[in-house]
Amino acid sequence: MAVTDPPKIVTARMAHPDSHTLERYLATGGYDGLRKALTMTPEAVVAEVDAASLLGRGGAGFPAGRKWSMLRKNPVTYLVVNGDESEPATFKDHLLVERDPHQLIEGVVIAAYALQVSQVFIFVRGEFALGLERVQSALNDAYSHGAVGRDIFGSGFSVDVVLHPGAGAYICGEETALIESLEGKRGFPRIKPPFFPAAIGLYGDPTVVNNVETMSNLPWIITNGGAAFAALGGGRSTGTRLFALAGHVVNPGVFELQMVTTTFNDLINAPVLGGGIPHGRGLKAFIPGGVSAPWFGPDQIDLPLGQDEVAEAGSMLGSGSVVVMDDHTCAVRAAWRITKFFSRESCGQCTPCREGSGWLERIMERIERGQGREEDLDLLLDACDNISPGLSWPPQQTTICVLGPSIPSSITSAITMFRDEFLLHIKEGGCPYD
Amino acid sequence: MVARARKVIALYPEPRSALIPLCHLAQEQDGWLTPEAMVDIAGLVGVTPGEVLGTASFYDMLHTEPVGRYVVAVCTNIACLLNGASELLEHAEGSLGIGSGGTTADGVITLEEAECLADCDRAPCVQVNHRYVGAQTPESFDQLVADLRSGGRNGDIPPHGTLVRVRRTNGLSMSPGEVAEERKVADDARAARHAAKESAKDASAGGGS
Repeated sequence: MAVTDPPKIVTARMAHPDSHTLERYLATGGYDGLRKALTMTPEAVVAEVDAASLLGRGGAGFPAGRKWSMLRKNPVTYLVVNGDESEPATFKDHLLVERDPHQLIEGVVIAAYALQVSQVFIFVRGEFALGLERVQSALNDAYSHGAVGRDIFGSGFSVDVVLHPGAGAYICGEETALIESLEGKRGFPRIKPPFFPAAIGLYGDPTVVNNVETMSNLPWIITNGGAAFAALGGGRSTGTRLFALAGHVVNPGVFELQMVTTTFNDLINAPVLGGGIPHGRGLKAFIPGGVSAPWFGPDQIDLPLGQDEVAEAGSMLGSGSVVVMDDHTCAVRAAWRITKFFSRESCGQCTPCREGSGWLERIMERIERGQGREEDLDLLLDACDNISPGLSWPPQQTTICVLGPSIPSSITSAITMFRDEFLLHIKEGGCPYD
Repeated sequence: MVARARKVIALYPEPRSALIPLCHLAQEQDGWLTPEAMVDIAGLVGVTPGEVLGTASFYDMLHTEPVGRYVVAVCTNIACLLNGASELLEHAEGSLGIGSGGTTADGVITLEEAECLADCDRAPCVQVNHRYVGAQTPESFDQLVADLRSGGRNGDIPPHGTLVRVRRTNGLSMSPGEVAEERKVADDARAARHAAKESAKDASAGGGS
């Protein structure tokens, strides 16, 4: 079975308990990719990443190489690494910062060399206390080792890398909000255009923002070549990717799998991966790419784990997190909790998101508590439509950032797939699963 | 602390970028973000105290009111919800005798209902002062609280406010002037490589015609 022998790119070292140390990193090929990159021209490094077709691993899935090559003629001032992993049920960057911080740092310095930037900020979610300590230790060691700082490995190239701790706000995962936060302000997303980071980013200067997992792939790509990476996976979704599997599965965890050649069914049910649903229960629904994504039902379980494949089926691979709900799950309660999350995390700038999320949460709560009315279903959909007109996928947007149009996903999925369950709550005056 | 703060500020092109790291530093000193600390931070990074409060109040981890020695965060988001988080939070509120957001009378524990903490394979997820303590049952939760109260976790969980115990060992290796100089060299080299490529293209196009 294909799923049993995927090549390990970003998790290769993790069987070692000391995978986070410089000693282990150097003993397992660490910083070889950077040494090789420094013998190439920056353009050749960009071309190699372009050849890999590495899609950004943060959620939007924009090709990293293309992001960089678009900027080749327009010099970049800052590289900012997004480690503010907060999309619910996504916990892959957690693994990467805690267990292989040198791999991240090596990727960061390779990217800095490719872009010819002299200052990098690694923004790591504040709640990752251990991850922050591991990255800071690794950074200290990397400076001493000559892999970061002045005249790296005698190449003449210099870059400073600063670890910046976040302070707890989901919205800072949005790149322009992250930049605002890094400037010492509230995490308010900026409107695009004109504030595309590549044009007007940190301190108004051209800035590239890349995800932790994207960076962590670079040492392997440079060492083994972009073509070797592109040979894995399928279609536009090349290479391997980390999938975070949670919810009702026997073995929740983070799995590195080839894209496209692996399916959701493999991920959820293969004995070496998710191991199936516990207690002999059936599958009710699963969320394929973070709680911003529309849900899938059991009939979509054979879909491949590919960005375009999932998009064509009406959802998104997003942040690479898969949440499994068994047939004893209350769809109303699940959708209510997700809505409550968005309501708490809306930054408050845009009315449809700020007001809409709060009202939606309250309507969902009253249905779950048995105080709903039949017309509430239309009311929910109407309020959702005010945030994202047409309730299409990909969603239309009335807000500065994509948090707003992410709110309707769980509600519209739950109503479309489990309308009877909403009506039962209303008719019985309570949750049938209590 | 002021010396440490100045070292942090020196890492950024603009002092205001150090605002949030300095709020963490203030919490390390006092356990929470006091009005006095906000005044000090404002002076250090060149903004008003109101701007410090305005920024800090946006973020869940920055506490502008006193909190307990241990902030215990119970995630109830989707993956944890599916694994008994609501029941765990209800138990925690009952056994501690406080609601979410409250602090026990002895000032030891502040309980929080948290959003996803990204440890979803160990659900329901609990953090104490942002340290993961693994999935908890109601029974293990009570033991955890007893251990916190008796000092049994002093070794691995620092008091609230101490976030990153590993300090950066060095400042920036380049001065802003050097960065600007290096950037200019890189930009010129890039332009030269680009021009060389273009002229090679022109030459080969010329040769083919």
